[in-house]
Parts: sequence; structure tokens; C-alpha cells
Amino acid sequence: MELNLLTLCYLLGSLSFIVGLKMLSHPDTARKGNWVAAAGMAIAIFGTIFLYSEDGVKLGNYPWIFAGLAVGTIIGTLAAQKVKMTAMPEMVSLFNGMGGACAALISIIEFRHLIHSAELGLESSVTTLNIDTVTLLIIFAGLIIGTISFSGSMIAWGKLNGKVKDLAFNGQQMANNVLLIGILAFAAYLTYNISITNFFWFYLIAFAAVLYGVLFVLPIGGADMPVVISLLNSFTGVAAACGGFLYDNQVMLTGGILVGAAGTLLTILMCKAMNRSLTNVLLGSFGGSSKGEQQAVTGSYKEISLSDAAICMSYASKVMIVPGYGLAVAQAQHICHELEQLLEEKGVEVKYAIHPVAGRMPGHMNVLLAEADVNYDALLEMEDANNEFKSTDVVLILGANDVVNPAAKTDPASPIYGMPILEVEQAKTVIVNKRSMKPGYAGIENALFFQPKTSMLFGDAKAALQKLVAEIKAV
Amino acid sequence: MNTFLVFLQEHIEMVYIVLLSIFLGIEVIGRVPSVLHTPLMSGANAIHGVVIIGAIIVMGQVEADDWLALCIGFLAVVLGTLNVVGGFVVTDRMLEMFKKKK
Repeated sequence: MELNLLTLCYLLGSLSFIVGLKMLSHPDTARKGNWVAAAGMAIAIFGTIFLYSEDGVKLGNYPWIFAGLAVGTIIGTLAAQKVKMTAMPEMVSLFNGMGGACAALISIIEFRHLIHSAELGLESSVTTLNIDTVTLLIIFAGLIIGTISFSGSMIAWGKLNGKVKDLAFNGQQMANNVLLIGILAFAAYLTYNISITNFFWFYLIAFAAVLYGVLFVLPIGGADMPVVISLLNSFTGVAAACGGFLYDNQVMLTGGILVGAAGTLLTILMCKAMNRSLTNVLLGSFGGSSKGEQQAVTGSYKEISLSDAAICMSYASKVMIVPGYGLAVAQAQHICHELEQLLEEKGVEVKYAIHPVAGRMPGHMNVLLAEADVNYDALLEMEDANNEFKSTDVVLILGANDVVNPAAKTDPASPIYGMPILEVEQAKTVIVNKRSMKPGYAGIENALFFQPKTSMLFGDAKAALQKLVAEIKAV
Repeated sequence: MNTFLVFLQEHIEMVYIVLLSIFLGIEVIGRVPSVLHTPLMSGANAIHGVVIIGAIIVMGQVEADDWLALCIGFLAVVLGTLNVVGGFVVTDRMLEMFKKKK
């Protein structure tokens, strides 16, 4: 009877994951959906602990299990509650890596276990181990995918918080491919030829997979990390599903595959928003693939003083704020909201234009601005925003660059040609806040900055906004 | 080849689950507004923490005197729990901020 109860627990768990994911994709129900999935997870976890049995033998080592759960819960809760909103993407990456490592460790223990029990039934003269090929294959899959997800996520985490720099060397792509093929070929060879003399090469494969995860993520630019994290997220899902096969466990299987599929789709959606293919992101060849001569961007730009900017905005009837990566890095969302309120008090209509890939993750700007209490209705998605720029007096661009680069529409040779952009040049005046004239992530000049209607306001987004707020108060 | 056919035969239900889950995963999030991409990724991240169940099973079956396996298993349980608990809490924190606006 107990086993049936466990089956019911797993059924509830699987159902809650599906319903939870569905609810998560709706703004009104998202928060509840998260807890629905969490409740299902709790049912599945405690059901496993108390009801799981194999051949009539129940699980042991309870002290270890509960200690592990307790340690993980305390650290996990503290870390998740302390992290700053701007650091959320890093946190997701870190947790994803933990899941990947967990899957890899399971494979390692199962492998040891398999070898050990196969050894026991062995006569001393025989060296071939009698192990089920498919089981071994699944163990290898869990190990390799989990490990890549782990080391890749760690690098992504390091990159997002600035600890790890981009590193690319000639032929890196080639080296990566060779390494991956090597890992797969060797794993396949071991699967079919496992013996008492070669089983320890298993650990070499684990090591090589760590290396591959590192090399795989290292050359990819920091701004592309969201795509990579999303991809690694779906990897971990697949690794979890491997565990589902290993233990004939439906809830692991459903959970893992659901995330694997949803994560892959999300990755593709993110790439689409940037008008790039997944291969293009992964090869990190931004700018390298452009055909023909790019239109040269020349001319001079003009700076605007803080007081002029303040006056310009105070007497406008409609101001659009375009937040970007720079705003997120400077953590200027609160002061940005203050500016908005100040202008609203003066009778200026203020809206935000949100590009789908602005910030560090799709939707990241929405989360950041929501943290600063910005009204949900003031956030316009790209298409709505583009309709409103014509009637806008002042556009204030805060640390965004490529998402407002007109070359995406006008210059077929540009690497970002075809990417949907915010058409800010339709507004009467454009004020651009950035730290310097350095090109953005795509590494190309932005003709917008040299247009007569554009003026530059240099400085860190937070500092510049603080001064701007002070100036507007004085107007 | 035969091994795989036998495997398929024995696990045909699991294979069905995999196939249907793939389509379900794609369908379920297909219409998500871009605003929710980050929380959704984070929520999905928490859900694949279900791998913790594997860690618990492994941990529960390890011989009580196999210290190396106990330690690895313990680590696996801790990491899996981090993934699950941290994932859900972070997602909730993100979504909490959307809620206030309503």
C-alpha cells in the first residue's frame, strides 16, 4: 500500500509542476504558480523520504538526509533573500549549477555502486564487468550533462558578477568541438567495454566535462549570459530526467523533461528577441560575420549640460525613458523612479520604453523597475513604445546602446541588421546618458549619437540621475 | 541494437512521458509575455531541482559504513536542496514585486 501512496505523491508532484509552470506564465497567477510547484516538490521529496522502498527495503541514513536538507534549506533561503535584485541572474545561474552538480554526483555514486556490485560476482580470472549497457549509458549522460551544466553555470555566474573575463583564443571553437566529441566517443567506448581495468577512466570523463563546460562558456560575451543560463537550465532539466530513467521515477522525469523543453523554447525566444540564431550566440561571433563594408559613422557629437537637460525635460509634455544595461549595472532604478515622479509632479507625462532584451535578462528591466515601485502601466513594450515616440518631446536613454542603434534598420552590413529596435530618433529630442563614447556590446558605433537632435550626458547612470534630479528640483 | 529495443519495451511508459512532456513544456510556456521571462526561467530552474529526489534515494541506499559515498551523497542532497529552496524563494521575490503594482 505504501508504494501506491508514493505513486500518488509523484502524480501530485508532476501535476503541480505542470500547473505551476502554466500559472507562472501568467502575470496574475505567477506568484501562486510558483508556490503550487513548490508544494508539489515538497510532497515529492517527503514522499520519497518516508515511503520509498526497493525490494521491501526502505531508505536509511535519515540523519544524513535531514542534515543535508537542513543545510541546503538554510543556505538557500538566506542566499535567495539577501541577494540584490540586480544580482538575480547570477543567483539563478548559481542555483542552476548546484542542480547540475547534484545530478553529476548521483551518477558518480551510482557508478561506484554498479562497479562494486559487479565486482562482487566476479571470478578472479575475468575482467569484463557484467553491467547493463543502457543503465551505464544513462549514468554517463547524467554525468556529462550535469557536469557541463555545473561548470558552465559557475563561469556564467562569474562573468555576470564581473569576476571572470571573456577569454577566446584562436581555434577555440575547434578545440571545444574536439573535446566534446572526444568525451562522447570515450564515454561510448567505456559503455560497451567496461572492465575492471578501465572503469576508473569514468572520472577522467567527469573531469573533461568540467573542462568542456568552462571552455564552452568562456568565449561568450557577458551580455549573452542570459541565453547561456537559459540553455544550461534546460541541460540540468535533461540531467534530472536521466535520474528519472535510472530510478524509474516519474516525477523526476516529468519535472526534468518539462524544464528541458520549456528551457530550450525560452532560449530560442530570447535569441529571437535579439534577432540572432542560437549558433550565432554560442559561437560568440558578433561582428565577425558581417558581409561587406559597414557604413562608416563619422561626425561630431554634442554634450548637454545638466541644467540644460533638466530644463529640457521639465518643460516637455511627454518624456520617454529607455533603460538599458547601464542602468542595471549602476543600480539606478530607484533614482530613476524619483526622476519620473518629480517630472510627473510638474505635469510631464513619463513612460518607459522596454526593449525585450534590455538589461541582463529578458524582462529584467521590468523586474528592476518594479522593485523601484514604478507603475506597471508606465512600462511600454517595444511595439507600443515605437508608436508613441512620434509624439514624444524628450527621450532619455539610460545606458542603452545597441537596442536604439538605427543601423539595425538602415545598414544591411551591420552585424545587428534586422534586430528590432526602439525607434527613438522619431522623438523631438534625444538625451543619451552613458559613461563614454565607447561602443556597446555589439562593438559598433551608433549613428544616433551623432544626429543633430541627440545630445550626450556623460557619467554613471546613478550619479548623473542624482544630479539631474537636483537640477530639476531647482528649475 | 537489441538492448535498446528491450529497454524501449520495458520503459515504454517512460518514453511516452518524455515525448508528451516535451510538447507540454513547449505548449505551457509558449504564450508567456516577455515581462515574465526572468521569473519563469527562475521558476523552471527551481523545478529541475527535482533531481534532489535522486540524491535522496542514493543517499538512503548507501551502506552506512561507506564514508566516501555518504559524503558525496550528503553533498548531493545539500546542492539539490539549494537548487530547490533557493530557486523557489528567488522566484517568489521577483514575483512579489509585480504583485504590489496591482
